[in-house]
Amino acid sequence: MERMPIYLDYSATTPVDPRVAEKMIPYLTEQYGNPASRSHPYGWTAEKAVENAREEVAKLVNADPREIVWTSGATESNNLAIKGAANFYSEKGKHIITVATEHKAVIDPVRDLERLGFSATFLEPEANGLVDIEKFKAAIRPDTVLASVMFVNNEIGVIQDIEAIGHLCREHGVIFHVDAAQATGKVDIDLEKLPVDLMSFSAHKTYGPKGIGALYVRRKPRIRIEAQMHGGGHERGMRSGTLAPHQIVGMGEAFRIAREEMHAENERVRMLNHRLLAGLTSIEESYVNGDLDHRVPHNLNISFNYVEGESLIMAIKGIAVSSGSACTSASLEPSYVLRALGRSDELAHSSIRFSIGRFTTEADVDYTIQLLKDKIDKLRELSPLWEMFQDGVDISKVEWAEH
Amino acid sequence: MRRLLVAKVYFDHNSTTALKPKVLDAMMPLLTSQHGNPASQHCFGRRAHEAIEQARRQVAAAVGAQASQIIFTASGTEANNFAITGIASNLAPAQILTSRIEHPCVTKPAMAMARRGWQANQVAVNAKCELDLQDLQTKLATPTHLVSVMLANNETGSIQEIKAVTALVGKQAYVHTDAVQALGKIAIDFNALGVHAMTISSHKIGGPLGAGALVLNKRIDIQPLLHGGGQEKGLRSGTENIAAIVGFGAACELATQELADFAQHTAALRTALEVGLSQLNAVIFAQQTVRLPNTSFFAFENINGETLVTALDQLGFAVASGSACSSASGEPSHVLLAMGVEADLAGAAIRVSFNRDNTLEQVHAFLHALKQALQKLRQMTAVAA
Repeated sequence: MERMPIYLDYSATTPVDPRVAEKMIPYLTEQYGNPASRSHPYGWTAEKAVENAREEVAKLVNADPREIVWTSGATESNNLAIKGAANFYSEKGKHIITVATEHKAVIDPVRDLERLGFSATFLEPEANGLVDIEKFKAAIRPDTVLASVMFVNNEIGVIQDIEAIGHLCREHGVIFHVDAAQATGKVDIDLEKLPVDLMSFSAHKTYGPKGIGALYVRRKPRIRIEAQMHGGGHERGMRSGTLAPHQIVGMGEAFRIAREEMHAENERVRMLNHRLLAGLTSIEESYVNGDLDHRVPHNLNISFNYVEGESLIMAIKGIAVSSGSACTSASLEPSYVLRALGRSDELAHSSIRFSIGRFTTEADVDYTIQLLKDKIDKLRELSPLWEMFQDGVDISKVEWAEH
Repeated sequence: MRRLLVAKVYFDHNSTTALKPKVLDAMMPLLTSQHGNPASQHCFGRRAHEAIEQARRQVAAAVGAQASQIIFTASGTEANNFAITGIASNLAPAQILTSRIEHPCVTKPAMAMARRGWQANQVAVNAKCELDLQDLQTKLATPTHLVSVMLANNETGSIQEIKAVTALVGKQAYVHTDAVQALGKIAIDFNALGVHAMTISSHKIGGPLGAGALVLNKRIDIQPLLHGGGQEKGLRSGTENIAAIVGFGAACELATQELADFAQHTAALRTALEVGLSQLNAVIFAQQTVRLPNTSFFAFENINGETLVTALDQLGFAVASGSACSSASGEPSHVLLAMGVEADLAGAAIRVSFNRDNTLEQVHAFLHALKQALQKLRQMTAVAA
């Protein structure tokens, strides 16, 4: 069996916390009722477990359990929120505002709505990855019906000013959706205070299982959405389909642990991240992508100049990291997020996302720093561009001869 | 291990059925130590990806399809919505035909297409719960672009003649079949059915909740329901529920191996049950119809179904009144109404559905309990009258 590398890709997916797995297993074995079965205790037990988990999810974000709708994951939550709200309120207008650096699960549903007659503004963020509030305000039109801005970016980890954007939306009667898949357990979320109407959650980015997520749908003032999945009328008609109690229970437990442990955990992760940052930025010609202050402590995205990204990834097999987000990493295109920040193709290509978490140790971080230093040195030794740079040649001004 | 206090005998396997131990074994590594995102390039991701592809081959083999024809979803409901909405969205609006005995996750998305100019109609069934092919032919006189008829009904267990449906429809329309209740209970050959799309689900065959699939003829053009990261060839975005998908694959492989045994065993139990039911003067629905071997749907005159289910629960037997999804609604079964059963009798209906673990002793004990419960309820009714 191949030796597994050190896992530093927590933003792609987190391991299931053993406490979560332990809670899930009874619902896979002896407690296998369908929560919609009302005629026997198998069903009742399942339903009770589902409702307890709903409370746990609501508590982490200070919402009412009745505001939580289960889905199969954040992708479905984003699709349901965006298409569901846009279609329900389309008589108010058909313009949508979102950001160029959103996850594909937001961008693609918006593109789908464009095909159906909506128009959309994809705001370009500033060079630090943050949305300029004034630019957001300027993008609002009388026919703007919906805005969608992610809480924490999956590639560069920056935290948007959701409160300020939310207030702008409220003032202009725009429904506000937030993709919080990367935010839970990392930033405090208080939906009683935040002016947000719809918010997407995922379990598998917060040490829960894959295949389960939730959508927050505000009750006061009441937000309505058009169901995207029709059938047995589960989840008050907003989302039909038999619920999977073991996964829901897993998400509930994962969110309970997050609520109780996030502050201590984030401090520990922050220390590790500072160590990683100091180590990696001591490498010459390295550039951190995304704002350093408004950022979750779990993420570090760095471009190493004069190193080719794919060769670097191949060279650092001892750690599992990603170039770009997991969803698009199968393509060799440079990250659209980094390009939206104005990074050159070369720098975008040579970027690595390090994302650390609950089970990362100081030794893992030290190993990573040393590995990167060694391999980048070796790769640069082979690079004529690096040699030219060392000789003081400004590469951007070189005129290449055609053969 | 904790145990449930009541309803020790479970006769509601068409609603959901226990995970098979071998399936859990296959899933465990993915719930605990192996945690990659299948889209990641590193070895955590590659291992997850390979696990999904193996499951895809297992699922395909169970229905006589090719692995490339399987699109994983989160449930049968999602696969049905995906089939109806996704296929219709790429076609010019016309008539969309379903049957009067479909699950709501087929009829409701069909009705929702009305907003986009489609005309949704339902083909009738006869008193035996068989699709009325005459009625289908009549309705096909109206331009029709999509037809969806289930392979086996969840309540009566009646098996529909899908090949006759596809033959009648010909090239006029695409045909989808909901095979959720059929999988693992009867042999399914996707190509032989001649349909363009077929829905299957994991948790009805001893797999976990949280995985389903749409089997798609590769020539069909379909719009995704979920847009995003481009998983499942862009047809179903969202990080895959690997543990559930691997469980689904393992369950499909087991179901295929155990199919003959399942059919023989549950059919024997049902025969014993229905002999006893007849002695108690039950009305057994679709008894003369080609049915799933494990399902029996019946009622007693003047006995309320909900009340009887509750009484049976207290005596230790979990059964269903109508299907679980609508069991919260208290309305009589739409399937029985479509068969022309009187609303009162339909409201009295009870469904027993077996799996391989149920025994003849349980059936005899159930008949005994049923007799007791009926006597008690009839006495109460007599007192009230």
